[in-house]
Amino acid sequence: MGPVTGVLALQGAFAAHAAALARCGTDARDVRTPRDLAAVDALVLPGGESTTICKLLDLSGLRGALEARIAEGMPVLGTCAGLIVLSSSVLDGRPDQFCLGALDVTVRRNGFGRQRDSFETDLAVPGSADPMRAVFIRAPRIVRCGGSVEVVASLDGEPVLVRQGSALGATFHPELSGDDRIHRLFLGFLAEV
Amino acid sequence: MTSMQDATSSGPVSGSMTVKRGLAEMLKGGVIMDVVTPEQAKIAEDAGAVAVMALERVPADIRRDGGVARMSDPEMIDGIIGAVSIPVMAKARIGHFVEAQILEALGVDFIDESEVLTPADEAHHIDKLAFSVPFVCGATNLGEALRRISEGAAMIRSKGEAGTGNVVEAVRHLRSILGDIRRIGQADSAELFDWAKRLSAPLPLVQEVAETGRLQVPLFCAGGIATPADAALAMQLGAESVFVGSGIFKSADPAPRAKAIVEATTHFRDPHILAKVSRGLGAPMTGIGMDQVAERFAERGW
Repeated sequence: MGPVTGVLALQGAFAAHAAALARCGTDARDVRTPRDLAAVDALVLPGGESTTICKLLDLSGLRGALEARIAEGMPVLGTCAGLIVLSSSVLDGRPDQFCLGALDVTVRRNGFGRQRDSFETDLAVPGSADPMRAVFIRAPRIVRCGGSVEVVASLDGEPVLVRQGSALGATFHPELSGDDRIHRLFLGFLAEV
Repeated sequence: MTSMQDATSSGPVSGSMTVKRGLAEMLKGGVIMDVVTPEQAKIAEDAGAVAVMALERVPADIRRDGGVARMSDPEMIDGIIGAVSIPVMAKARIGHFVEAQILEALGVDFIDESEVLTPADEAHHIDKLAFSVPFVCGATNLGEALRRISEGAAMIRSKGEAGTGNVVEAVRHLRSILGDIRRIGQADSAELFDWAKRLSAPLPLVQEVAETGRLQVPLFCAGGIATPADAALAMQLGAESVFVGSGIFKSADPAPRAKAIVEATTHFRDPHILAKVSRGLGAPMTGIGMDQVAERFAERGW
C-alpha cells in the first residue's frame, strides 16, 4: 500500500478537500483523533473557523500529536484557516488561539475583511501559462514571510501561496475551484520524503 | 471590484455563487448558535461556535410572546458584529427584501430568510440572486429546498420546529429531503419529469440531484436541537452542520452545553466521545411536545 493522505475533519471544508484529492486519484482519510493521525503520512488542514479548529485540536488531543508529526517533517497543506493553524504567528486571533509553526509566516486573520469582501479571481501559477481560479473567503493575509519561506504565488504583489520544506499554505481555497494543481503539487511532496 | 454573477470575468468577482457557497462550505461540521446579546455571542465563540445568529429573541421567546416578529434592531446586530471575530448571521422575514437589503448594508455574513419571523409575503420569497450576501433558507422537503436553491439560496437547513427543544420535526424534514434524494437517484430519466412536477421544482435541478446524489448547496439541520445527542443524530442522518437556537441559552448552564454540542458535532460517529461530552451538563431546555404547539412555524414558506 502506498502513502496515505489524511484530511483534518474537525470542522470546515474537509469534504471538498477529500473530493479534490479523489480527483487526483487519492483516497483520503478523515482525521479526528490522534489514532487517525497515526495512520496517515500527509495531512491537509482545511479552511473553516480557525478558532473552532484550534479548540477542537486541543480537546481531541491532536494538538501535541500534530506538533510532533510536523517536527518530523510530515507533508502538510493548510488552506485559509488551515494556513493560520500552520503559521508561526497570528494577528487578530483570539487570545487562546495557538499556531503550530510549520510555516514561518505571520498572518492576519480575516485580513481581507468580512464575507462582503470575499472574492474569486484569476491567479498566475508558476510553471503554467494558464492561471487558476482562486477563491478567497473571509481570507487571511500573509503579512510577514521568514527567510526560509518560498513565495510560490502572489496576488498584486502579496504572497498567497507559500512553501517551507514539506509544508504548503494558501490563503485561498484550491478545493473550491475544481482546479487541482495545488493538490497535485502537495501530493508530489509525498514522493520527496 | 465588479460584483454578482459575472463568472466569466478573469478579474476579482465578489458575490458569485462560488463565493457564496464557499462560506457555507467553511461552516460545515460546525455549530451556529442563536445569540441575543454581545455577551452571549462571546460565550458562543468561546465554546467553539463557527458562527452566531444575531437576533432579539430566541425562537422559544418569540413563540411565548406572540405578535409580529421582525428583523432585529441594527444597533443590536452591530453590537454582536463588534463583539466576535467569527461570521455573524441575521434573520429577515420571508419575502421582506428590504430587511435583507438593510442586513446586507450592515455587513452581516449570511442572511437567514426565516420562518421563525412573521412572513412579510404570502406568495414570494426573496430573490436571493439579486444580492451579494449569501442566504440560508429553511425547507421541510426536497421540493421546497430546490425552490429556494433556484431563488439563489447558498445553504439549506431543515426547518424543524424552532423554539420547542424537540428534535422530531427536524428529523422528519431531514429524512424527507435525504430520502427523496436517494429515491431520485434510483429514478430513470423519464421518471424525473414526474418527480419535478410532484416536487414543484425546476427540472434541471431535479436532474442534477439525481446525477450527483446531493443537493447543490450544503444541507444543515435546524429546529429543536437541545442536546449533544440531538446534534449527533442530525449529523448521522446526513446534515452537514447544526444550528442551535433556544437549546443553548434556554438551558440551565449554557457554556458547557454549547461546548459539548460543538464536540458532539465533530465526533458525531463516536459514541464514547458522545457519552463523555453528554455528562453533567445540567438541565436542557424543558421543551414542548408537538401536540402542544399552537403555531407551526414550519408551515410558513411556499
